[in-house]
Amino acid sequence: MEKPFAITLDVGSSLANKTGSWRTERAVYHDRLPPCNHGCPAGEDIQQWLYEAEEGGEGYERAWRKIMEDNPFPAIMGRVCYHPCETACNRAQLDEAVGINSVERFLGDEGIRQGWRAEPAAESSGKRVLVVGAGPSGLSAAYFLARLGHAVTIREAGPMAGGMMRFGIPKYRLPRDVLDAEVARILDMGVELELNSKVTDVLEPLEAGGFDAAFLAVGAQLGKRAYVPAGEAAHVLDAVAMLHDLETGEKPLLGRRVAVYGGGDTAMDAARTAKRLGAEEAVVVYRRTREAMPAHDIEVEEAEEEGVMMRWLSTIKKADDGKLVLEKMELDETGFPQPTGELDELESDSLVLALGQECDLSLVEHVPDIEVEDGVVSVGSDLMTGHPGVFAGGDMVPAERSATVAIGHGKKAARHIDAWLRGGSWEPPPEPELASFETLNTWYYSDAPRTHRPRLDTVRRQGTFDEVVEGFDETNALFEARRCMSCGNCFSCDNCYGVCPDNAVIKLGRPGELYEIDLDFCKGCGICVAECPSGAIRMEPEEI
Amino acid sequence: MAEQKIKGYQTGTFVVGNRLLDPEQRSTQARTERSNTLTSGHRACQGCGEALGARYTLDAAMRASGGKLVAANATGCLEVFSTPYPESSWQLPWVHSLFGNAPAVAAGVAAALKAKGREDIRVVGQAGDGGTVDIGFGCLSGMFERNDDVLFVCYDNEGYMNTGVQRSGATPPAARTANTKPVGPEPGNVFGQGKNVPMIAMAHEIPYVATATVAEPRDLEQKVERAIGMRGARYIHVFVPCPLGWGAASEDTIRLARLVKETGIFPVFEAEHGELTAVSKIRRRVPVTEYLKLQRRFSHLFKPEPNTEVLERLQAGADRNIERFGLLADDEGADFPGEATDLARPPEKEQGPPPALVEPDTDSNTSMLLKETHGKPR
Amino acid sequence: MLEQLEGSQAVARAVAMCRPEVISAYPISPQTHIVEKLSDLVRTGELEPCEYMMVESEFAAMSACIGASAAGARAYTATASQGLLFMAEALYNASGLGLPIVMTLANRAIGAPINIWNDHSDSMSQRDSGWIQLFAETNQEAVDLHLQAFRLAEELSLPVMACMDGFILTHAFEQVDLPEQEQVDGFLPAFEPRQMLDPAEPMTIGAMVGPEAFTEVKYLMHAKQLQALDAIPEIAAEFTEVFGRESGGLVRSYRADDAETVVVALGSVLGTIEDVIDEMREQGVKIGALAIKCFRPWPIDEVREALSGADRVVVVEKAFAVGAGGIVGQNVRLALSGCDSTVFDVVAGLGGRPITRKSLRALFDDVVGGELEPGGLHFLDLKTDVVEREIGRNQNGRGLGPHAENILRDIGTVASDSH
Repeated sequence: MEKPFAITLDVGSSLANKTGSWRTERAVYHDRLPPCNHGCPAGEDIQQWLYEAEEGGEGYERAWRKIMEDNPFPAIMGRVCYHPCETACNRAQLDEAVGINSVERFLGDEGIRQGWRAEPAAESSGKRVLVVGAGPSGLSAAYFLARLGHAVTIREAGPMAGGMMRFGIPKYRLPRDVLDAEVARILDMGVELELNSKVTDVLEPLEAGGFDAAFLAVGAQLGKRAYVPAGEAAHVLDAVAMLHDLETGEKPLLGRRVAVYGGGDTAMDAARTAKRLGAEEAVVVYRRTREAMPAHDIEVEEAEEEGVMMRWLSTIKKADDGKLVLEKMELDETGFPQPTGELDELESDSLVLALGQECDLSLVEHVPDIEVEDGVVSVGSDLMTGHPGVFAGGDMVPAERSATVAIGHGKKAARHIDAWLRGGSWEPPPEPELASFETLNTWYYSDAPRTHRPRLDTVRRQGTFDEVVEGFDETNALFEARRCMSCGNCFSCDNCYGVCPDNAVIKLGRPGELYEIDLDFCKGCGICVAECPSGAIRMEPEEI
Repeated sequence: MAEQKIKGYQTGTFVVGNRLLDPEQRSTQARTERSNTLTSGHRACQGCGEALGARYTLDAAMRASGGKLVAANATGCLEVFSTPYPESSWQLPWVHSLFGNAPAVAAGVAAALKAKGREDIRVVGQAGDGGTVDIGFGCLSGMFERNDDVLFVCYDNEGYMNTGVQRSGATPPAARTANTKPVGPEPGNVFGQGKNVPMIAMAHEIPYVATATVAEPRDLEQKVERAIGMRGARYIHVFVPCPLGWGAASEDTIRLARLVKETGIFPVFEAEHGELTAVSKIRRRVPVTEYLKLQRRFSHLFKPEPNTEVLERLQAGADRNIERFGLLADDEGADFPGEATDLARPPEKEQGPPPALVEPDTDSNTSMLLKETHGKPR
Repeated sequence: MLEQLEGSQAVARAVAMCRPEVISAYPISPQTHIVEKLSDLVRTGELEPCEYMMVESEFAAMSACIGASAAGARAYTATASQGLLFMAEALYNASGLGLPIVMTLANRAIGAPINIWNDHSDSMSQRDSGWIQLFAETNQEAVDLHLQAFRLAEELSLPVMACMDGFILTHAFEQVDLPEQEQVDGFLPAFEPRQMLDPAEPMTIGAMVGPEAFTEVKYLMHAKQLQALDAIPEIAAEFTEVFGRESGGLVRSYRADDAETVVVALGSVLGTIEDVIDEMREQGVKIGALAIKCFRPWPIDEVREALSGADRVVVVEKAFAVGAGGIVGQNVRLALSGCDSTVFDVVAGLGGRPITRKSLRALFDDVVGGELEPGGLHFLDLKTDVVEREIGRNQNGRGLGPHAENILRDIGTVASDSH
C-alpha cells in the first residue's frame, strides 16, 4: 500500500535512530565474588554449584561435578564442614543464611548413591609425587595431582586412610561408609595408598623412590599436654588418643562420671562420645566463657542437647581419685581469665584432656632447609617448604585447623606442585569485587524461610553412634538451593531483558552468554543495574 | 486459564523471567520472541516508565490476541517520542488522532472491525493521565457507558510531562509541578480527592477494571491478557513513573513503582462489573516518606525541615487506601507477606486464535486461585 | 422513484444506500431527523452491516469516524452549528490524515446568541479545515450530493461535507427521486482505503511532523483539493449518465450569459433569487445568477469565467467574517481580480431571517440602479433603528470614530433608501 507522505510511517522504522548516542554511562555485565565462595576455605564455587542444583534433575550431577572441581569430599563436607560460607551468606541479612552445607551433603550423598565417578585424570605428565599422610589434606592433594596427570603415592603411617576425619571426628558426625566411599573414589583414580608406612625422613623416599616432588600432610595427631597435678589413682586420658582408640576398636574405660578439660570441638566430641559410651555425667571444664570458646556453636548446642554439662570459668588445680579440684576464674579487663583463688570440687571418675594437638614433625627434623617454628612447618604462599620440591599443608603448617582448610591446602598445593613440576609457577586469578548485600536487590527473591535438617532424637543419641544430623530429601534440598540469591552472578532471571525501556538488552540465551547490552540503543538509564537482583550489572562511565 | 504459584523458585512473581520455570510458563517479557511492540530507537527520556508500561501492555496484548491488535493513541509523550517523522517505533497498526479523543477513535475502530466481521482483531486505546482523566475523560466515559469493545489503557505519570510538567487531575497532593510550585502558603499541588479514574470506571460497571504498575510486569501482563479475553469496555490504569517530571533518578523508575504500591498510595486491584474482585497485597509495607523522598517534586516536604503536617496527611491517604482495599496480608492470604502475589501465568494452550471471548466463569480455577492468593477484598 | 419526502428522510435513505459501515452521531437540531432515520434503518437491519454509535458529543462523533475510517470502514456523521465547532479539532485531523469521511451539515447559525435557525456561519467557520464543502440547493440535490460525496471522498481520500440548509431543506417536504440501490452500487464502488489499520500490514498513521516536512504535507493537501476541482465535474457528469439528471458540479449559471448583473449565492436561497431574476428578466433587466455548488475547494477559474462578463456582481451570503466582511464575497473578488466587475457584498438570512423576494428585488434594483455603494458590507433587512439606538447607548460619552461612522453611513444608505 502506497502510504501518504509523512503522516503515515513504516512500522519499526525508528530502529534507524541509534539512541545509544545519548549515553554517558553504559551498563556492563560484571560478575562479583559471592561471599560464600569468598568464605570457603576449600575455594568452592558455591554460588555456581547451587545454580546448577537449583534446576534439580540433571542439575544435581552438574552441581556435584562443580563441587568436585574444588573439593573431592562433598558428602564429608556436607557433614563436617563448619560452613563459613553460611556465616558469610548475604541471605542471613534477609531472613536466614542458605543451608549450603545441607545441600552439599545432599549432593555428596547423591554422588555416592548414584556412583558418580571423579573426572578421569588428564594426560599423564610422567611425574611422580609423594604424598605423606592420608588425611584430608593429603587425599585432597592426591586427588588434584591425579587430575592434573601426575602419578601419586600416598604413604600413611596409620592402618586406615582418612586422618583426623576418621580418628578425630566421631562416627555420629561422619559415618564411616561415607568416608570410605569418598576415599575410595580417589583411589579409583589410580592413586596408590600405602598404609602402615611411616615416613621417618622425607628425603629418603624422595631420593630412593624416584619421586619428583613431595607433599607433606601428617596433621597434628598428638594431644597437647598440660600439667595437672594428679593423684596416683587419678584416671587421666588424652582426647585424641581416646577417639583414635575407639576407631581402632579399643573401648576406653571412663567410668560413670567423666570430665573433659578444654573448650574446642575435640572437647565436645570427647564429652559426647563419653555419653555414648555410657557415662552418666559428662562435664566440660573450660577456663573462659562460652562466648570465648573455640568450639563451634552447633557442636556446643548438640552437646548440651545430649546432656553434656559445662563448667565455665574454671581450671583444674588437681585431679584425684573420683574428684577434681577446680579453681574459679574471672575475666580481666582484656577478657583474659585470671585465678580467683576460690576452689570447688567436681566428682569425676576420669579426666579427658582436650587442650589442642601438636604435630609429629620427625620426618623433617633432618632436612636442614626446612624450617620449623612454633611446632609447625614454615611454607611460602605456594605452600613449598624451604626445600625445593617439598610442599606441606594441613594442620602441620600455620593456619586454622579444620578439614576444609586442609582440603583447600591440598588443592592449592597440587596447583603449585603441578606448576613447579612443569617449570613454572601458578598465580591465583585476581579476586573480583565482593558481592556485598548492598549490591543486591532482594525484593525479587521469594520469601522463603530456611529449611533445617532434622536431628536424631536425643534419646537415641545416648547409647548409639548413629548419625545425629539427618540429610535432606530432594524437595528440601531443591528448595534450599533455590533460596540462593546468586550474589554477584547472573542467574538468568530476565529482569534486565524485561526492564529496559529501550529494548537495549539482547537475550542471547546461550550458556555463559545470557544477555548482551545493545549499545546502539542503551541510553544509560541504569534501570537494569538497579533491578538486577544479584548485582551482576554495573554502570561504567562512557569514554567521551 | 489458571495461574500457577511460583513458590520455591528462587524468585517469585516480581522478576521478569525465571529460567527454572517451564518455558511455556514464563512471562511475555521474558521471551526472545516477544513482539517489542514499541521498539528501540524511540525518543523517550532515559528510564521512561511510560515506554516500559506501553511495551509491557502491548506485548502482552499482542500475545493474547495472536498478533491481531490495533492501537489508537492520544497525543502526549508516548505519541511524540514514538512517532516523529520519519521514524515510528510501533510494530502494530497504530493511529494517533488528537489529545482528547483516543477512546472515541478506538471505539470507532472497534465499530469498523465489527461491521467488517473482523472482531478477531482487538482494539486498544491508550493515553497518558492527561488524555485519560482530563481532556479525554468525556470520550472515555462515553466509551465506557456504551460498553464499546475497547481495552483502554492509561499510562499514569501524574502530570502533563510533554508540555513541561504541569498539574493534571492525576497529580498527587503536595507535588511540585510547573504550575503548582512550592511557593505561597500551600506549597505544591492542592489537597483534594484528585480524579480516581479506576474507581470512576468501576462506577460505569464495565466488565473489567484493573490497576497495575510497571514494577510488576507479570501482574500487568496477566491483567492485559485477561482483559483481551473479554468483550466490551475494559480499563487498565498503569502507574508509570516519570524520572524527568518527578525529579527522580532514571534508574529509580521501577523502584518508585514498587514503593507506590508498598506504601499503599497506589492500590493495585481488579474489578469486574463494578465489583472489586481482587487486590494485590502489600508485601513489605513502608512509610510514604520512603517513596516521596526519592523525588524532587516532593523535596519541599523535607527541607529546610520536614513538613510533618503534610507528610502525615499523605500517610493518612495511604492508610485509608490500605484500609479501604484491604491491602495488608491477612489470615485469608498467605503464610507470609509476598506469597500473596507469587503467581505465574500458565502456558497458553497454543498460539493462534485469541482466547475464548467470553466473560470469565466466576467459579473458574482462575477466580478461585485469585481469591486464594490475592485475598478477598474487604 | 419519486416520493414526497422530508429532506432529512430523503438524505438518510440516500446515505443508507451508500452503505456506510459506521455511523456515529450526536443529536443537534436541525440534523436530528437524518440520524434518527439512520438509526431506525440500522436497528431494523435494512442497513447492514453497519454500526450506529450514539456518542456523547460531536467531538466523539467525528473522532469515532476517524477511527472507523482509519480502520477501513466507510464512515458517516451529521451535525450542525455548535456541533460542527465542537468537532472542529477533529475536522482538521480527519482532513490532515486524509480520511474519506462524509458528513451532512444541516446549516445553522452559531451562537451566542444561541439560535437554531439556518444560515451558513457554521460551514464558513470551517472553510479552511481541509474539508471539501458542497452545497445543495434542493432536497433532490442533497440526496444526489451525498452519493457524489462518498465517491469523491474515497477517490481522493479526503473528507467531504455535504451542506444543506437547516429546516429550509432538512425539514421541508418535497418530491424527491430516490435512486435505486443497484444504481447506487454501480456508481459507488466498495471503499478501498489508501491507508488502513490492518494487522496484516501494520503501519503508523498520524505521525508527528516537524518543520522539515510540514509545509510539504500541507502543500499536498492543497494539491489534493485542487485535484478535486477536476474530479467534481467528472463525477457529476458520470452521475448524470447513471441517474439521468444534473446535480452537483462546481458552479451553475442561471440566465447569466448576457447578464450585466450576476447574483452569486449558495444553497436553497437560489430558488428565491431565480424567481426574482425571472421577474426582472421579464422587465428587461439583464440579470442572472451563479450558484456556487462547491465552496471548498474554491473553483476560482470557473467563477471567474462565469462572472468576468458581468459589470456588477452581487454576492448574497448567509454568513460574514465579523469585523472584516463577506466571506464568499472575498473569494469572488479573488476570482475577479483584474476584471472590471464591481462586487457587492450582501449579508442576508442570518439566524433564519427570511430572505424575501421583495427584499431581494429591492436590493437588485438598488444595485442595477447604482444606489448601492460598492465596497461596503451590506446587511439585508437590517433593523437600523435597533442598531443605531444600541450603538448610541453604548457610546458612553465617547464619540464615534471614523470607522464606526462609515458603517453607520453604509447601513443608513441601504435602510433609508430602500425601505
